[in-house]
Amino acid sequence: MRQLLKGNYAVAEGARLCRVKVVSVYPITPQTTIVERLSEICASGELDAKFIKVESEHSAMATLVGASSAGVRAFTATSSNGLLLMHEVLHWVAGARLPIVMTNVNRAVSGGWNIWADQTDSISQRDTGWLQIYCESSQEVLDSVIMAYRLAEKILMPVMLTYDAFFLSHTTEVVDVPDIELVDEFLPPYQPEFKLDIDNPRMFGGLMSPDYFYEHRYTVHKASQEALEYYPEVCREFRDIFGRDYDITEEYRTDGAEVIVVTTGTITSVVRITVDKMREAGRKVGLMKLRMFRPVPVDRWRSILGNVAKVVVIDRNLSPGLGGVFADEVQAALYSLENRPSIYPVVAGLGGRDVTPADIEGIINHALSSDDPAGVPLFWGLKE
Amino acid sequence: MVEIRFHGRGGQGAVIGSEVLARAFFNEGRYVQSFPAFGVERRGAPVMAFCRVDDSHINLRNQIYEPDHAVVLDATLIETGGVTQGLKKGGSILVNCGPDSNCFRGLIDTGFQLYGVDASSIAREYRLGSASDPIVNTSILGAFAKATGLVKIESVERAIGEYIPIKTEENKKAARTAYEQAVRK
Repeated sequence: MRQLLKGNYAVAEGARLCRVKVVSVYPITPQTTIVERLSEICASGELDAKFIKVESEHSAMATLVGASSAGVRAFTATSSNGLLLMHEVLHWVAGARLPIVMTNVNRAVSGGWNIWADQTDSISQRDTGWLQIYCESSQEVLDSVIMAYRLAEKILMPVMLTYDAFFLSHTTEVVDVPDIELVDEFLPPYQPEFKLDIDNPRMFGGLMSPDYFYEHRYTVHKASQEALEYYPEVCREFRDIFGRDYDITEEYRTDGAEVIVVTTGTITSVVRITVDKMREAGRKVGLMKLRMFRPVPVDRWRSILGNVAKVVVIDRNLSPGLGGVFADEVQAALYSLENRPSIYPVVAGLGGRDVTPADIEGIINHALSSDDPAGVPLFWGLKE
Repeated sequence: MVEIRFHGRGGQGAVIGSEVLARAFFNEGRYVQSFPAFGVERRGAPVMAFCRVDDSHINLRNQIYEPDHAVVLDATLIETGGVTQGLKKGGSILVNCGPDSNCFRGLIDTGFQLYGVDASSIAREYRLGSASDPIVNTSILGAFAKATGLVKIESVERAIGEYIPIKTEENKKAARTAYEQAVRK
């Protein structure tokens, strides 16, 4: 049913539809309204789940380690500094192969106190082993919660969904909330092969000596990559049941493009507007929306970007001393190609600074008029 | 696409007003976005909220810089709050304006379409908020329906019924009263 929802409420609806059994969350702006909504629906019985109050995000995730190990579907949500406080446990979750799903509202990391959109929080969890999916609309966030459990429970890896602070978290828009019966059809109950069970005792989380640890890490790596093989099936079935399509990496109007803009999150929607406008004026520009970031769909990136002259990568995140992280990763993925494109790395919109269609047009024109990307990021829209 | 910008002060209900208006348009089958000026809200401080309406999914994700309509919940913001900033040529300004005050003096000959309604008195009449700080959002929405003709008053009333759990009937009546009293200046 079509409803008006803020992005955060869409997330809570996603958790409800997946019939999660344990929710453990700690509030942080701009995620707080998810906590409010989840506690309401747990109290009212709309969601039959144990809602566990904790004193920190570290404990929230640690609680879910217990819940997921005991064999139930577990959910949490956080943002920014809260995500960073979870960091240690995130590594553990992936190493323990627990299919926990978490949403993260992309918010700038302090210092310089800032509650607005910026991806540096989730980017800095890049190497934890969690799958990462970047969402563009509230509909996509809701749908991705459902898809994420299906994917996570198949390959036994945790999934982090991210979306922009305020641009989605606090914006009300039209969202189609699926019938729970259809979600049941798509997402069967979680039945793990191994779980904590007093009638069938096993040991979890034991010491792993050098004889075993290396192979263990390799299996974690392979499990992450399995997502690339399994995701198309998840995507196809989701489309067949719900009518919406979420390609692992989306191409938009890339036919014959001279320049392709690579984006994540809500900036993607703004780029769509600019691409449409420039195409109408006969300009050959296209868009690649980077949805799944871990594992890296490297073959897909290469096939989309392999035949274009110029690639602009827009990062709403910053690794100080390097630049934007998506640009760095796209360059790495394309380096082995013989006719690799010129990459134009652009940092924009940090800390919630608006990136408008006019900004995007300026960025594209900069790439079209320059023959030498110089390999250093363009910091678009910096004030003097 | 229609873009509407609300100017109010923390406590007057500008953010909820924008939400209810979005719901009224949604009830008529439109696609909408509603969001506050992203930041920290404080009682009495200037607040902005935004509402976007279109016939298909809205890709634009920026704050509204060039609105078609400005809705002013506190007339003192006309001088200081950037009410006319970026407002499209021929756009409308609807002001919560008492009978004796001279709210529009700075807006004469600007070319904008000016509308007024005494939303504070209407809100007090229906005991919405306190006498000193009435909550004027639902009243001003009724006046918006009349002034712009973009949305039916029935859709606004229905949206109030769906979204405002407290004093729902009083809020609906306030909207209807403001609809009847709104005037072109």
